[in-house]
Amino acid sequence: MKKIQVLGPGCPKCKQLAEQAEAAAKGLGIEFELAKVTELKDIMAFGVMTTPALVVDGEVKVVGKVPSVEDIKKYLQ
Amino acid sequence: MDWTKEWKPLAFLVAGFLACFYLPVGLPRFDNSMLEAFHLVKWYAREHVILCLVPAFFIAGAIAVFVSQDSVMKYLGPAANKACAYGVASCSGTVLAVCSCTVLPLFAGIYRMGAGLGPATAFLYSGPAINVLAIILTARILGPSLGLARAVGAIAFSVLIGLAMHFIYRKEEVEKIKAAQLPESDSGRPLWQTAVYFAAMVGILVFANWGRPGEATGLWADIFAAKWPITAGFGVAFALCLAAWFKVPAGRLVLAALPVAFLGFAFPEEPLFAFSAGVLGLSAIASTARDETGEWFASSWGFAKQILPLLLFGVLVAGALLGRPGQEGLIPSAWVTAAVGGNSLGANFMASFAGAFMYFATLTEVPILQGLIGSGMGQGPALALLLAGPALSLPNMLVIRSVMGTGKTVVFVSLVVVMSTLTGWLYGMFVS
Repeated sequence: MKKIQVLGPGCPKCKQLAEQAEAAAKGLGIEFELAKVTELKDIMAFGVMTTPALVVDGEVKVVGKVPSVEDIKKYLQ
Repeated sequence: MDWTKEWKPLAFLVAGFLACFYLPVGLPRFDNSMLEAFHLVKWYAREHVILCLVPAFFIAGAIAVFVSQDSVMKYLGPAANKACAYGVASCSGTVLAVCSCTVLPLFAGIYRMGAGLGPATAFLYSGPAINVLAIILTARILGPSLGLARAVGAIAFSVLIGLAMHFIYRKEEVEKIKAAQLPESDSGRPLWQTAVYFAAMVGILVFANWGRPGEATGLWADIFAAKWPITAGFGVAFALCLAAWFKVPAGRLVLAALPVAFLGFAFPEEPLFAFSAGVLGLSAIASTARDETGEWFASSWGFAKQILPLLLFGVLVAGALLGRPGQEGLIPSAWVTAAVGGNSLGANFMASFAGAFMYFATLTEVPILQGLIGSGMGQGPALALLLAGPALSLPNMLVIRSVMGTGKTVVFVSLVVVMSTLTGWLYGMFVS
C-alpha cells in the first residue's frame, strides 16, 4: 500500500495537491493512504522548506509546487 | 425537549433577536458608516480592480510559476555565503513570499536547514512586507512614496534585525536538519527572456495606473497625457513575448487583440473597455493552454480566488470603521488623530505595537491604512504600521514560537516593533 503524505500548513495549494494526489491514486486504482502533514516541525523533519510538498512512501518527490495529476501518477508507480 | 442539545439554537435565536432589537440603525454615525463602507467598495471596484489588481495577479502568478525558487534558495541554503544570504533573504520576499502561507515554512527551513537564524529572521520580517501584490497596491492607493518607503524600509531593516538576532544568539549551536535533495528544475528559458516578459507586464501595470500629476506641465504630466499609447505599446511587446517565447499561437493573439484595438480606437475616453477586453482575451488564451502558460493562468486565478474575497471584506470593514478619506466612520477621526496623528515617537510606537498584534489578511492592510490616514494618522505612524502589521500577528507569533522558542520570538517581536517605530519616525520627519 502506498503511503502518500502532503506537506503544507493548510493553504489552498496544499489542499489542491491533496485532492490531485487522491485523484491520481484513485485513477491508478492502487491501494493508498493519504495523510496531510501540517505541523511545521514535522514538515521540517522531511527536510522540506517550500510547501506544498509530496512524499511517497517516505521519499520526497515534489517540493514547492503542485504537479499535475499525470505527473503524480508517475511518482506513484 | 432535550435541553442539553436545544440550548444552542435557543442561545443563537436570543442573541440574534437582541442584536436586531438593539440595532443602532437610526443613529447618524452608524447609518453614515454603513454607507461609507459601500461607497468605499464601489470606489475600489471602479478604480483599482481592473487596472491594478488584475495585472498584479497576472504578475504574481508569473512569479510563482516562472521564477525558479531553487536558484534563489541556493543563496539561502546551508552552503551559502553568509553575508550574501542576508542580502538575498531581505529581498527575496518579492519573489518567494507571493503566497503568504509560504513564509513560515521557508523561515523554518532557512533557520534549521539553511543559512541560519540571522537570514531566516531577515526573511521573516521582510517577506510579508515586500510581497509583490502588497507593494503594487500600497503604491497605487497610499501613494508611490509610501510604497517605496515600505519596500526600502522592510529590506533595509530586515538585514539589521537579522544581524541583531544573529549577534544576540551567536553562541548558540543549533542542530541542523539535512535538507531533502531534489533535482533542480530547469526552466528551459534564458533569463533575459523571462526578464523582458516581466518588464512588459510591469510596464503595462505602471503606465495604465500612471496618476494625474498636480501640475499640468513637466515630464510627469507629459507621460500622463500619453499613458494609454504607452500602455498599448507595452501590450504589444507583451503579446510579442507570448508569441515568440511562450508558444502561444500568433493567430489567437491577433484574434484577442482585435477587440482591444477596436475598443481602444472607438472609445478613447473609456480605456476600461479596451483594457477589460485585453484581460478577457488574455484569460481566454492562457486558461486554455495546456503547458506552462496554462499553469501561469491557474496560479494567477488561484491568487485572485484567495485574495479578492478577503480584500472585499477588508474594504467593507475599513469603510465602516473609518469611512472614506475625509469622511467619518464608526471610529471618530478625533480618536485616530489623538492616538496616531502627527509624528511623535509615541504615535509611531502605538501604530507599530498595534500592527504587530493585529492580524491582516493579505492586502487588507491597504484599505485599513487608507482609512486611518484619511482619519488623521500621520505618515510616519502609517509606515510603522505597514512595517509591523503584515509581518506579525498573534496567531503568527505562536507559530514562530513553535519554530524558534519563546525567548527568540519575544526578542524578534521587540526588534520588529522598535525598528518599525524608528523607521516610521524617520520617514515622518523626512516627508514633512
